[in-house]
Amino acid sequence: MSEGMERTAHRDYTGAKIGMWLFLFTEFFLFFAPVLLYTIYRFRYHEAFVASSHELDLATGSINTAILLTSSLTMAVAVSALQRERARLCLWMLGLTFALGAVFLANKYFEWAAKFSHGIYPGSDALAGGPPGQGIFYGLYFFLTGLHGLHVLAGMTLIGVMAVMVHKKRVSAADHVRLENTGLYWHLVDIVWIYLFPIFYLVR
Amino acid sequence: MRESEEKHYIARYTTLVVVWVALIVLTWLTVRVSGLGFGTLSILAPFLIASVKAFLVVDYFMHLKYERPFFKWILLVVLGMVVVVAWLVYEDVAYR
Repeated sequence: MSEGMERTAHRDYTGAKIGMWLFLFTEFFLFFAPVLLYTIYRFRYHEAFVASSHELDLATGSINTAILLTSSLTMAVAVSALQRERARLCLWMLGLTFALGAVFLANKYFEWAAKFSHGIYPGSDALAGGPPGQGIFYGLYFFLTGLHGLHVLAGMTLIGVMAVMVHKKRVSAADHVRLENTGLYWHLVDIVWIYLFPIFYLVR
Repeated sequence: MRESEEKHYIARYTTLVVVWVALIVLTWLTVRVSGLGFGTLSILAPFLIASVKAFLVVDYFMHLKYERPFFKWILLVVLGMVVVVAWLVYEDVAYR
């Protein structure tokens, strides 16, 4: 490409970020709708919701919250580092964020597996025969944490792609909006969990 | 032409770490408070604390604090929609 061509290249940094924020708002509503459903059933089946919530492992939930919050910190540091032209630090932080996301999913896997082994899964006989409301609690639990898990997976994929791009210098201090948007996505996934944690684990 | 004439906010590492410490402390607090059985407050408290945490993430990690006002306005519109949608749904459920 000639120098002249590069001069006319148009980069709309603010536009890219507005687009990302708008997308994140649609993601937010995707989670908000079932949460609204949850609040209604929580009033209707209060006893069953409290009892079911106590069956979830609060320690695992708390640790997973801390893990995701920490991954948000490393993601934010990664963006800052790249802006300061410290690509190496950025790559380390992206690696750490990716690893923390993986640990979060592993914990989630063990949590789900423990429930499955007790016969608690969507459509199971144990839930069908349980008190009214229990099935709804676990239905929402599996749906929302599952949907959130998929978002963690998508975020990790994006982080992996960004790491490659930073390494190849296709994303750099001069052109970092893609990394910043990936960060925005990851933070949204964190915010969703910030609400899912009290919703499922802290119904007392 | 580089886009260097456009000013980008660069977060300080210290600020980010301080926010992270606050987030962890708030998580600890919400777990502590949840078992105390304050009735209505024990339903509201975790959500209030969660909202403070979400606000910290949005403002500092997502840099909303340093964005131009337009970004804050669209967030306000979204929060307004949340209230309207929730109100309509509750109204429907209550008078069914």
